[in-house]
Amino acid sequence: FLFQEKIITASFYNWVSAMVAKLAKICTLRISPQTLNFILSDKVAGGGVSMWCELEQENFFSEFQMEGVSAENNAIYLELTSENLSRALKTAQNARALKVKLTNKHFPCLTVSIELLSVSSSSRIVTHDIPVKVIPRKLWKDLQEPTVPNSDVSIYLPVLKTMKSIVEKMRNLSSHLIIEANLSGDLNLKIETELVCVTTHFKDLGNPPLASEDASQDRDPEQMAEVRIDIRKLLQFLAGQQVNPTRAVCNIVSNKLVHFDLLHEDVSLQYFIPAFS
Amino acid sequence: MPSGIAVCRVFPAARGQSGPCSLPRPLSLRTVNSSRSAYACFLFAPLFFQQYQAAAPGQEALRCKILMKSFLAAFRSLAMVEKSVEKCCISLNGRSSRLVVQLHCRYGVRKTHNLSFQDCESLQAIFDPALCSHVLRAPARVLGEAVLPFPPALAEVTLGIGCGRRVILRSYQEEEADSSVRAMVTEMSIGEEDFQQLQAQEGAAITFCLKEFRGLLSFAESANLSLSIHFDAPGRPAIFAVKDTLLDGHFVLATMSESDLHSPAPHRLVPPLQAHSTPHLDDFANDDIDSYMIAMETTVDSEGSRAGPSIPLSPGLRPPCSPGPYSEDNDAEPSTEPGTPPPKKFRSLFFGSILAPAHSPPGPSPVLAEDSEGEG
Repeated sequence: FLFQEKIITASFYNWVSAMVAKLAKICTLRISPQTLNFILSDKVAGGGVSMWCELEQENFFSEFQMEGVSAENNAIYLELTSENLSRALKTAQNARALKVKLTNKHFPCLTVSIELLSVSSSSRIVTHDIPVKVIPRKLWKDLQEPTVPNSDVSIYLPVLKTMKSIVEKMRNLSSHLIIEANLSGDLNLKIETELVCVTTHFKDLGNPPLASEDASQDRDPEQMAEVRIDIRKLLQFLAGQQVNPTRAVCNIVSNKLVHFDLLHEDVSLQYFIPAFS
Repeated sequence: MPSGIAVCRVFPAARGQSGPCSLPRPLSLRTVNSSRSAYACFLFAPLFFQQYQAAAPGQEALRCKILMKSFLAAFRSLAMVEKSVEKCCISLNGRSSRLVVQLHCRYGVRKTHNLSFQDCESLQAIFDPALCSHVLRAPARVLGEAVLPFPPALAEVTLGIGCGRRVILRSYQEEEADSSVRAMVTEMSIGEEDFQQLQAQEGAAITFCLKEFRGLLSFAESANLSLSIHFDAPGRPAIFAVKDTLLDGHFVLATMSESDLHSPAPHRLVPPLQAHSTPHLDDFANDDIDSYMIAMETTVDSEGSRAGPSIPLSPGLRPPCSPGPYSEDNDAEPSTEPGTPPPKKFRSLFFGSILAPAHSPPGPSPVLAEDSEGEG
């Protein structure tokens, strides 16, 4: 069986798991020697969202040990209910030490063992056994990092909280939303119904430098790239963002996909919402 | 709190006694839940009240029952009560069969609630904490912190004494044979030092309803009292008690017994209560892992005085089926787990109503006898 153990000194992890819990009810945790990933890959009818969250383990753990299936396949994929993990780590807010271990207690578990600060001399220990499902190697191909498509437009996002409150109001009016942006730093959120059209304009957001030079030369900076998406999926993504990220980029592939690329200190989160078909 | 019917009993001053005036008997509030697996009794000494007027000497003890919902409706919003209510008068009007709750509020506002009551038999549970072999007592705050990691929706919890005389609380889940979504198991381990009294053997354990316990616990925390837990073998009721000079509260909860188990199957063996999670199956090189774990622990700024390896529960203890008996009482509960198995009951407590004789004997009732035991 696969064995892995890590000890975390900071209780940072709490908000990561809380965020993941908001984004995906059931998610996959991928453990590899360098990184830890939270993966959501919803292939249902091709209309599902995907999420890829990555942490460098050395930034967070004082000790980290793992052993995958084999040397070439040195990774462990676990499926779990994200709320369980976030609830378990919530206990760790006043922890002196935290240990996470993969165990097998009649069924595979991720055991989170927390030593709490205590007034008295004796320590208090909380143990959470989170049931997990070990994902067999043949299914790993569906859980790889999504390839970042060549986007038509790449733009920095406005303050996410503002975006969220706007989208929340729009949600009452329509179930679809059009997100469009150009290379001049303009981003619009649009809804169109029979009775009303509402557009919120964000200006001067700035565009990150594009990877490929050719694409940027040919494109008219004022031209908008748009994609129509399910508003609930966008709202779910925004609801998971409690803190404003260090860096937030939105990549749009016209009429196909919107890709959010966030960086919160040492954690990177990518969220893909396909166009509504 | 178990919902249902509260029984108020106001004892008159003892009959026929001369000499120094004897104190009137306390006010008692008792209730039992519909599956008869939880019983609560609160006794309030006359001094608890600003004014206390029991029935006149020579009169019968007044005993009635009222609907809990109606009674609580009078105190609907605790915040409102604390802010605006100056005085509360509760009186029993025998003639019109009404319990009158009158709230005297600020600005001369007076709210009067007339609750109809019914005469009833005495409701008394036969229990005696002194007969329980195990006792533990701790400030309510400690126990409140102990139940914090458990999900609010959790129905049952197992309390036991683990190795090193650590007190262990563990979430109890009924194991469903084919469940694809298993529940998380949480375990909290507290050192003996946090307890004011710990008189129990290692391996002793009981499983009871956490929700009922939380009710008493929140009361005890708000009143800053200590809570003591008296228990015996699994299946025998456990007694949870709070006490101060003016009041005395008891919750008696049924516990799961070994005979509640239907079909013993290997996967139903309860994982042993332990201070640390250690893997058990042969897939692991147990010794290596244990020693590895120990090595890891010492590097993380801890003293060596950790609890040692696990100990199993008392032999023969098997997890019974989850009772889920509280569905009837759960109207007010916000969430019940979807797809809970059909409710199976705790074995009901072995008490029933005791027909009080026409002349109440002046001797103390079994419940009051506890006071004279003078525990602690």
